[in-house]
Amino acid sequence: MKASRAILILLLLLAVAFSLGTVLQLHAPRWTHRSPSESVLALAFGESRQLFANHFFVKADISFHSGYYPSIFDEARQAEENDNDVSHPDEKEEPKSEGGFLGPPTDWIDRFGRHFRPTLHTHLQGGNIREILPWLRISAELDPHRVEAYTVASYWMRKHLGEVDEAEQFLREGLRANPDSYELLFELGSLYYDNRHDAGRARNVWLAALRLWQKQESGKGMPDNLSLDQITVHLAHLEEQEGNLDRAVEYFEMAKKVSPTPSQLQKQIDEIKQRLPRAGTLSPH
Amino acid sequence: MNKVFAISGVVIKELYRRKDFYVLFVLTALITLLLGSVNFFHDDRIARYLKEICLLLIWISALVIAITTTARQIPAERENRTIFPLLAKPVTRAQVITGKFLGCWLAVAVALAVFYLFFGVISGSREHAWPVLKYFQALWLQWTMLAVVIALVLFGSVIFTSPAENVTICFFAVLGILLLGGHLNTVALGLKEPARTMLYTLYFLIPHLEWFDVRDIIIYDWPRIPWLDCLLATLYAAVYVALFLFAAWLVFRRKVLTT
Repeated sequence: MKASRAILILLLLLAVAFSLGTVLQLHAPRWTHRSPSESVLALAFGESRQLFANHFFVKADISFHSGYYPSIFDEARQAEENDNDVSHPDEKEEPKSEGGFLGPPTDWIDRFGRHFRPTLHTHLQGGNIREILPWLRISAELDPHRVEAYTVASYWMRKHLGEVDEAEQFLREGLRANPDSYELLFELGSLYYDNRHDAGRARNVWLAALRLWQKQESGKGMPDNLSLDQITVHLAHLEEQEGNLDRAVEYFEMAKKVSPTPSQLQKQIDEIKQRLPRAGTLSPH
Repeated sequence: MNKVFAISGVVIKELYRRKDFYVLFVLTALITLLLGSVNFFHDDRIARYLKEICLLLIWISALVIAITTTARQIPAERENRTIFPLLAKPVTRAQVITGKFLGCWLAVAVALAVFYLFFGVISGSREHAWPVLKYFQALWLQWTMLAVVIALVLFGSVIFTSPAENVTICFFAVLGILLLGGHLNTVALGLKEPARTMLYTLYFLIPHLEWFDVRDIIIYDWPRIPWLDCLLATLYAAVYVALFLFAAWLVFRRKVLTT
């Protein structure tokens, strides 16, 4: 066969392949039940991506502890995964302690081995917090319905890194994937209130969060009371700041029903009620 | 000793003639650079994820190079029948074993030096810090750990019939030790007798290669490991290296070399 004929056949086959590709590409997502907008990670990991998303979320917590983290063989692992520190930033840091979950060494191999790995419980501080962000980003990328990845990343970005725009953008990304998430709306409201000092928008967003909570959780046997507590307490503080004291009392009353510390909230209600007659007028709401 | 160095020289030359190292290095560099180009929230100071991935790739690559290079040494000499002129030099079988070990170990050192240089540049360009001594410690401990692995694989290559068999078994053994070795005591405590004693005995018998994995110290910027601990760990590894090499020689000295 002449070389020119071989080249022509090759070109013809290429043209056929290209034409078929353009025609079939439109139908391919239907056959594979995949959305054309799915990310590369989603395509690569398939259904297992939720598992990996969890792994990367835990990785963020490991990074937050600078590698000091129980292994899957330690009893403390399950507890740490369920109640990881990176998701509960407002909780007080435990005192820095040597050993910690490791306990006393069982033998000389265990004792000597500890010289080569982190054995001190610490949390990332200041700008170093940014080191957890890639893991949270990957976790959200793998499982866009993992709301915690968005809220945790946003919290650290706006509170500790001053990256408010990035935090808002990430939260909005989360809201596009989870439009009914009251957790995301609560975090967005906090961003407006704490960082943008925009009480009006914060109120609207928190009220939307409250509505969603009532729609989704109120009928449940075990509702997410922690979120309701957070939303209502924040709304109460906002209304108190804005001078709408009756509204503030109303929200504190709502929070008191689900709060783990109702007596403290009662104290605040009593304080506001004392101010109510002196305020003279009630809020127009 | 010259004969040992001559044999080891041939092994080193073999490493840079083969493509394994280049392929693994290019892959490591490519994946690291690709991940380094990802923009996380417009913050170019984020470095630890990159250090973690780069070090993981270095560890995988170094293990692959060490195990595959070592596993084919003696079987290849036997298959090509070059073992006979080698032993007729005259070179003793102990010198062949020592020379092969030294060659593989030094070849891995060259590969590790290149990998860590790359890691240092990548990490330094992000963090603007150059903890050279800490990197040296990590490199030294990894190289020491690989000495045990190479000695183990060399021992395997005089026991198992095919290099593939040796590579597979050694990979599983080394990965098993790295991932589980340090936790066998915890697992043993939860078992009943006699399984508890058996597992605890295994725990004391295996070389604890996980000690030498100090990636967390590097990634999370923990203080440098005391030099005395590094020295003790090196001595610990030396004992296992001697043990495996001696065992390899015991088997090899009586081995019939004709296939």
